[in-house]
Amino acid sequence: MPAMREFLSRRGKFRPKGREDETGAPQIPDDLWTKCPSCGDIIYTKELERSGQVCPKCDHHFRLRARERIELLTDEDSFYEWDIALRGQDPLRFVDGGGSYAKKLEQTREKSGEDEALITGSATIAGHRCALAVADFGFLGASMGSVFGEKLVRAIERAADARVPIITMNASGGARMHEGLLSLMQMAKTVAALARLGDAGVPHVAVLTDPCYGGVTASYATVADIVMAEPGALIGFAGPRVIEQITKQKLPEGFQTAEFLLAHGMIDMIVPRAELRERLADILALYQLAETVSHGSIVGTREVGAGRD
Amino acid sequence: MTDAASAPLNAWDRVKLARHPERPHTLAYLSELSPRFVELHGDRSFGDDLALIGGIADFDGIAVMVLGHQKGGNTKENIARNFGMARPEGYRKAERLMRHAEKFRMPVVSLIDTPGAEPGIGSEERGQGTAIAESLLTMADLAVPTVALVIGEGGSGGALAIGVSDRILMMENAIYAVASPEACAAILWKDAGKAPEAAETMRITAADLLGLGLIDEIVPEPVSADEAPREAIAAAGAAIGRHLRELLQEFPLDDPAAMRRLKDERYQRFRRIGAWREDAAVLAGIANGVLP
Repeated sequence: MPAMREFLSRRGKFRPKGREDETGAPQIPDDLWTKCPSCGDIIYTKELERSGQVCPKCDHHFRLRARERIELLTDEDSFYEWDIALRGQDPLRFVDGGGSYAKKLEQTREKSGEDEALITGSATIAGHRCALAVADFGFLGASMGSVFGEKLVRAIERAADARVPIITMNASGGARMHEGLLSLMQMAKTVAALARLGDAGVPHVAVLTDPCYGGVTASYATVADIVMAEPGALIGFAGPRVIEQITKQKLPEGFQTAEFLLAHGMIDMIVPRAELRERLADILALYQLAETVSHGSIVGTREVGAGRD
Repeated sequence: MTDAASAPLNAWDRVKLARHPERPHTLAYLSELSPRFVELHGDRSFGDDLALIGGIADFDGIAVMVLGHQKGGNTKENIARNFGMARPEGYRKAERLMRHAEKFRMPVVSLIDTPGAEPGIGSEERGQGTAIAESLLTMADLAVPTVALVIGEGGSGGALAIGVSDRILMMENAIYAVASPEACAAILWKDAGKAPEAAETMRITAADLLGLGLIDEIVPEPVSADEAPREAIAAAGAAIGRHLRELLQEFPLDDPAAMRRLKDERYQRFRRIGAWREDAAVLAGIANGVLP
C-alpha cells in the first residue's frame, strides 16, 4: 500500500519505526504471496492490497491496522488527528510475569508505531464531515484503558459540540487489565458521553470488526444508533474458549460471527469492506437530510404551514 | 482472621472473604433493611433472571428501587441463582426497573455481588454485551439519585452494569475488579494459579479503590460479614441511608433543574476517571505547527 506508506511517513515525525512487524493483528506480509488463513489459498499480495485485504477467493476479511482503515475510508488528506499528545500511565504500578506495565507500554509503542490503541480525529467521507474513532488491535489487542477512554470521550464531546456524526471502528480484546478498575470504569465513561451525544441528537455509527469482545462489546460499541459489522467478524461478550470451558458444551456452527449476530437481531447489517465507504457516505447523507428536514427547510413546508395559520 | 490484633488481610484474603458462602447476599440485606420489599420479576421480553433481582423497598423511610445480584447460600440455591451470574434478561430487567424508578421518582440502590455476567451460549445469542451496554447507558442518564454498594464480589462489566451511580460504596471485605484474579492470571501469567499475585497488583480491595478515588466510602466490618451478618447489614443500611438523604437534600426529586444538575455531576464523576498525561514535546510540536 504505497499511498498508506506515504500517509504514515508524512505524519510520522514522532512515530517510531517498524510498525508492520506487530504481533498477530496486521498480517501484512512483505513477501510476494500471502496465504489466506481461512481458505488456505495463496494470494498475490498486490492483489490483496488492491482489495483492501480481502481474500478474492473466499472473501475472508484480514485484520487491518487502524491507519489502514482510516486510509481506506476517508477522503484523501481529510483526516486530522486529535489528541496525539495523550499518553498512558501505570497508575497501579502493575506487574505481571512479564514485568511492569510501564515497560510494556513503552515496548508496545516502539513495536506498534502507535501511542495508544485508539486513533481519533475528524475527516470527510465522500465529502461528508464526521468524527472518527478507530481501534488498533495491534496495540495490546486494542484493550480499553484510560487513554482509550479519554480519547474516545473527547472525540464524542467534539462530535456533540460540532453536531457531526461519530463513526467508531471497533476491534478489541476487552478492558485493559493492567489499569484495573480504571479500565472497567471507561465503559461507564464512554457510554455516559454517548448518552449526552444522544441527548444532542447527534448520531453514532459503530462498525464492529474482527475481533470485538469484552468491555468494548459491553459498552460504547453496541449502543450505537446503527451497528454494522464486517463479514465473518467474531463479536461477543465472553470469548469462545471461556464459554466452552465453563459450559462444557460444543459451540454452535458460526457462533459469535457477524452473521450469527445479524440472525439474532443484535446488529443492523453486515457490510463488506469494499462497500463500507459508500454505505457510510449514504448513512451520513441521510442523517444530514433528516437534520435539514427537521429544521423545516424542505421545499414548500414553511409556506404550507404559514398558510394554515 | 477477623481479629483486630491479627496481621492485616492481603488482597487474596479479601477475595476469599468476598466470596465466602456464609456472607449475606442481597435478599438477606432486604429482609433486614426493608421487610416491605416487593420484588418485581421479568424483562417483559424473554424471561426472569434469578441472578439479578429487583423491586421496590423502603430503605430507612425512603421508597427506593433496589437492584441486586443474588447468589445462593448452598449448591442447590446457587444453581437456581446461577451463582449470581446474570444473563441478558437480568440486565434488561434491571434497565426496566431503572425506568420504573425514574417514572415514579424513586432513588435506585444497587447491591453488587457477582463473579461477572454469565459466559454462555444462550447469553451470547441474546446479546449479553448489548444488554450490559444498554443498562450502562440508561443508568448514566437516569434522572434520580443512585447509590451502589458492593456487598461481596464486584465482578467486571456484570457488576458495573448496575453500578453507574452517584455514590459508590464498598463493604470492607468486598472486592471490585476489571476481571477475576484467576482470569487475569490466566491471561497475563498464563497460569491461573498466580491469582493471589494478580489480586495484589490489580488493586481490588476497598482500601485500594478508595485510595484511587474510585469509591466514596468503605463500610467497616469490624467482624467480617460472614461471621456477623446482622452487624454488617445494619452498618450498610446506615451508610446507604445517609448517602440517600444527602443526595435527596442536594437534589430534590421534584426539581427538574436539580435532576439536570445531578446528571451533570454524575457525568463529571465518570468523565474524570482515568490516568493519562499529555506529552509536552508533542504539545509543543502542535503549537509550533510541526504536527497536525
